[in-house]
Amino acid sequence: MSQEGASKSRRRFLTGAVSVVGGVGAAYVAVPFLAYWKPSATTRAAGAPVEVDTSTLEPGQRVNITWRGQPVWVVRRSEAAIEALASVNDRLADPESAVASQQPAYAQNLHRSIDPSLLVVVPICTHLGCIPSFMPRPGSLDADWQGGFFCPCHGSRFDMAGRVYRGVPAPTNLQIPPHRLADDGVVVVGEDQEAA
Amino acid sequence: MSDATTKAQGGLLGWVDARFPLTKMWNEHIGEYYAPKNFNFWYYFGSLALFVLVNQLLTGIWLTMNYNPSAAGAFASVEYIMRDVEWGWLIRYMHSTGASAFFVVVYLHMFRALLYGSYQKPRELIWIFGMIIYLVLMGEAFMGYLLPWGQMSFWGAQVIISLFGAIPGVGEQLALWIRGDFNISGVTLNRFFALHVVALPLALVGLVVFHILALHEVGSNNPDGVNIKEHKGSDGKPKDGIPFHPYYTVKDTFGLGVFLIFFAAVVFFAPEMGGYFLEPPNFEPANPLQTPAHIAPVWYFTAFYSILRAIPDKFGGVLAMGLAIFLLFLLPWIDRGKVRSIRYRGLGHKINLGLFAVAFVILSYLGLQAPSDLYLGLSVTLWAQIWTAVYFGFFIFLFAYTAFGFERTRPVPERVTD
Repeated sequence: MSQEGASKSRRRFLTGAVSVVGGVGAAYVAVPFLAYWKPSATTRAAGAPVEVDTSTLEPGQRVNITWRGQPVWVVRRSEAAIEALASVNDRLADPESAVASQQPAYAQNLHRSIDPSLLVVVPICTHLGCIPSFMPRPGSLDADWQGGFFCPCHGSRFDMAGRVYRGVPAPTNLQIPPHRLADDGVVVVGEDQEAA
Repeated sequence: MSDATTKAQGGLLGWVDARFPLTKMWNEHIGEYYAPKNFNFWYYFGSLALFVLVNQLLTGIWLTMNYNPSAAGAFASVEYIMRDVEWGWLIRYMHSTGASAFFVVVYLHMFRALLYGSYQKPRELIWIFGMIIYLVLMGEAFMGYLLPWGQMSFWGAQVIISLFGAIPGVGEQLALWIRGDFNISGVTLNRFFALHVVALPLALVGLVVFHILALHEVGSNNPDGVNIKEHKGSDGKPKDGIPFHPYYTVKDTFGLGVFLIFFAAVVFFAPEMGGYFLEPPNFEPANPLQTPAHIAPVWYFTAFYSILRAIPDKFGGVLAMGLAIFLLFLLPWIDRGKVRSIRYRGLGHKINLGLFAVAFVILSYLGLQAPSDLYLGLSVTLWAQIWTAVYFGFFIFLFAYTAFGFERTRPVPERVTD
């Protein structure tokens, strides 16, 4: 083929234009292939937030729900139980809930919840994943027991805010899932509380 | 045969050669590929790695015929293969033992490259391709380990994927994207199956072709680290070279026989290898609500797992682990030395390389132990920190004594010895 009279700058422009347009096209085509890996609608629906009505929950009672394949307990604490929280601080491994991964920021307080009377907790022992027993009554485990969670597998103890005691195998406090208080005593597990 | 490339010949071969470079390729890569005549024991492991790759592909294809990649069916289908499928146990044990054998062979193959400087100029690209093969192999092994859907499959994957979650900012989203679910689930299992049986094997085979093409372009290194192409006979062939076939095909076949004795012994008498090849918790189905007492990756990952645990900060640990692998990629440029073979390098280098190998073995051992265990009064974590320093020290010292001329090398011979 004759190269005479060919404009090199014109060719360079055409090559460049094809490369740019083709590159943009390739980038667009890549999106569905990458997004295909994201959780599907079914998976997202199975992991959707769960609503719990706590209006009829009496002090010392608990509801047991499942969120994202994990058990979640919603516990109504009595006035006495809330007052007892501070009294065990010196026997706890992490009384200030300093390990940030174990609760959302709005639950990083003494009672580890939004409403002091309502504890929302994942009852999976942070040692080896057993389900602890719920023992809210003081003295039900031994004389010093102020109420809380006791893991029967290896004897880990947690207080009524899911804070771990010192000298037990579990390394951290029980996990507090993201949750939010809606109207009429409904707790939504899996949605974060709006910043106040 | 040698004139087949220049002269057309009759018969079926001639017919094929006129249409496809069969004889040409055979000669280029096997029949007239001249390799140094002084290959020793360390040169068995390349061809053995190729053999194990074929073993994995073949047994893997057979396993997929009965495996069910779903959270509900995976564990039971593996038990089905083990108990009910004719010879299923053998195919599965060949595959699971082959996975560990792959790493044994590849680690020895890589150590050979360190011993004789096979990564140095002009073989940098062979080394890079090899390192990419190693990375893909790690991904392949990790994803394959999830497939039996046992307790260690699940929790091992949990630990590894959560490493991505440690990356600041995008980490959690990245982990979610890899899992395709909020926790490891059948969704994760399914995609790992697709990657394990299609995507990564395809990449592996392609990379092995590149690795060998790059090797045959520049020619093989040898235990003396000398260039045999500098001394050619009147026929234009290297004086210290011998054709790959029949000399090294026969040698490698002998090596394969010895390897198969060990391989078969493990497959038939110790397929679990005392819990090192198949870990005890993996005989229980995956349970997202119950963590096994002690989570450790399979032995071939534990050196890097030790480095991860040695750093008290989670993201720092991930970085250190990544760096431990990435530095190996840079080895051809970290080592500024001109002498390739350990035989003619300085005493300091011999000690440095020896310590590096010892560090890798000790870190591998420590990665299998609980972090709080004590040895000589020091915790596993502290030991891991010491040997992690030795591991990284290898690269630092190597650069220092080669770049600033501290290494006292010995004269390299003109031709290969013995």
